[in-house]
Amino acid sequence: MRANKSMQWMFLAAALVALPSLAKAQQGEIHVGKVTGHAGSGKQLYYRFCWGCHGFRGDGNGENAPYLNILPRNFVAGTFKCRSTATGTLPTDEDLYSSVGRGFNNSNMPAWISLTNQQRADLVAFIKTFSPRWKTDKPGDPINVPAEPALTLDSIKHGKELFTKLECWKCHGPEGRGDGPSASTLTDSNDQPIRPYNFAAGSRFKCGATNHDLYKIFMTGLDGTPMPSFADVIKPEDAWDLVHYLRTLQVAHKSPELTLWMSSKEGAEIVNAQKIVGTPTGSGIKQ
Amino acid sequence: MRTKNIFLAGVAILAAATMTYAVPGGGTVSGKITYEGTPAKQKPIDMSKEPSCAKQYATPPTTETVVTGPNNALENVVVYISAGAPDEAAPSQAAIFTQKGCRYLPHVLAFQVNQELKVLNEDQTSHNIHPLAKINREWNKSQPPGTPPISDKYDKMEFIPVKCNVHPWMHGTFAVLKNSHYAISADDGGFKIPNLPPGKYTVTAFHESYGEQTQDVTIAGSETKSVNFVFKAKPY
Repeated sequence: MRANKSMQWMFLAAALVALPSLAKAQQGEIHVGKVTGHAGSGKQLYYRFCWGCHGFRGDGNGENAPYLNILPRNFVAGTFKCRSTATGTLPTDEDLYSSVGRGFNNSNMPAWISLTNQQRADLVAFIKTFSPRWKTDKPGDPINVPAEPALTLDSIKHGKELFTKLECWKCHGPEGRGDGPSASTLTDSNDQPIRPYNFAAGSRFKCGATNHDLYKIFMTGLDGTPMPSFADVIKPEDAWDLVHYLRTLQVAHKSPELTLWMSSKEGAEIVNAQKIVGTPTGSGIKQ
Repeated sequence: MRTKNIFLAGVAILAAATMTYAVPGGGTVSGKITYEGTPAKQKPIDMSKEPSCAKQYATPPTTETVVTGPNNALENVVVYISAGAPDEAAPSQAAIFTQKGCRYLPHVLAFQVNQELKVLNEDQTSHNIHPLAKINREWNKSQPPGTPPISDKYDKMEFIPVKCNVHPWMHGTFAVLKNSHYAISADDGGFKIPNLPPGKYTVTAFHESYGEQTQDVTIAGSETKSVNFVFKAKPY
């Protein structure tokens, strides 16, 4: 009886020792909303859908990589463009999850809407096993995005001033067509040539299509690319003014910002002039 | 009484030990960095796209991937103790990296792990500071004129190339080191690492274009040991 009791204690002790390894098993899990992603299931999906570009080891050196203009993401490096977190930090699980579902505009990464929410979450859990950074670093805290103030002509005009003052035009060009004086010299962190975003070419951005997404892009920067973070140099209210102005540069996309801007004499003149003049980077693109 | 005596003796020994460590003195490693062969010709930088910077120079400054002096002297080489010295806590003063005339001053900045790094913009134009770290975290921040210094630190040793994406000619290096025993070779190629306690050390010299070399050295007492490095220059 007594021996039995000590056996029980030993079991309890063994269970306590085993607890950390149990917690370790949970490291391969991620949570996005109500969905829990499992790395084990994600692994099978990865080696069916992703490795052709992202590579067997997740280093971006897949079979298709040499044929792609914008190289596939290297998950081993652990640097990500689209984040809700400050520059230099890891993205949140939510950030990665929305990237998989959204795809990347102007690149070969499609929006994986053919996969279920569960499958996308599983994939996120698995790609996080490629870089040791996920063990040593914590993801950054999402930046605070205050509510968007009302759209006014003044906010667009102020945004236009900021576009000049902060020298966005040096890369993105005076009309936002991606043809500024530094544009042709830009390289990403792997020394690959990279083009600044051409606002005139469409409605979607690299990291989403909403004003909220646009706000996050210049406040967090696109890590691994020449696009820096402006979080330390733009006040939140100014940032929203810049968002309103940037929308008017999307001359082929009907937005409330563009409509309001066109209703003013100054705005109409600027936009009409842009449409006529065109530039090498903007003129050939069909909408 | 007896315990007290032992205690006092212990304190004295401890004090003596710390003194020998902290008091400047000890040994010195000094020497000269030179190159052999033909280094790449440095090209004049065309700053015409940034007139506010271009006008600061009577003649255009040249690139700085290899900076040499008379008698084959090689400047901007980071010489540091890579083995034999313990890791040290970061000093309290910040390492300053200044952007002036669309160039980095200094071109190579050495500082310690976890030491504060301050990046200043003294130009009338926006820069973005983009240290291309691989071991540490890579970040990229915009710094318009008149904005406060950017402050950061790195928690791992690494040689980090730094660039400004707006001005593609701007290149520099952060040398993040584990201890305070380092020097950067001057325009005559000379360097000096003082205050080394007696011991066996590995001295490493790092040049951004020519890579790394190491030599072992043993320091006894307050002697000065001469260690010279010769880098093989590449013409392109």
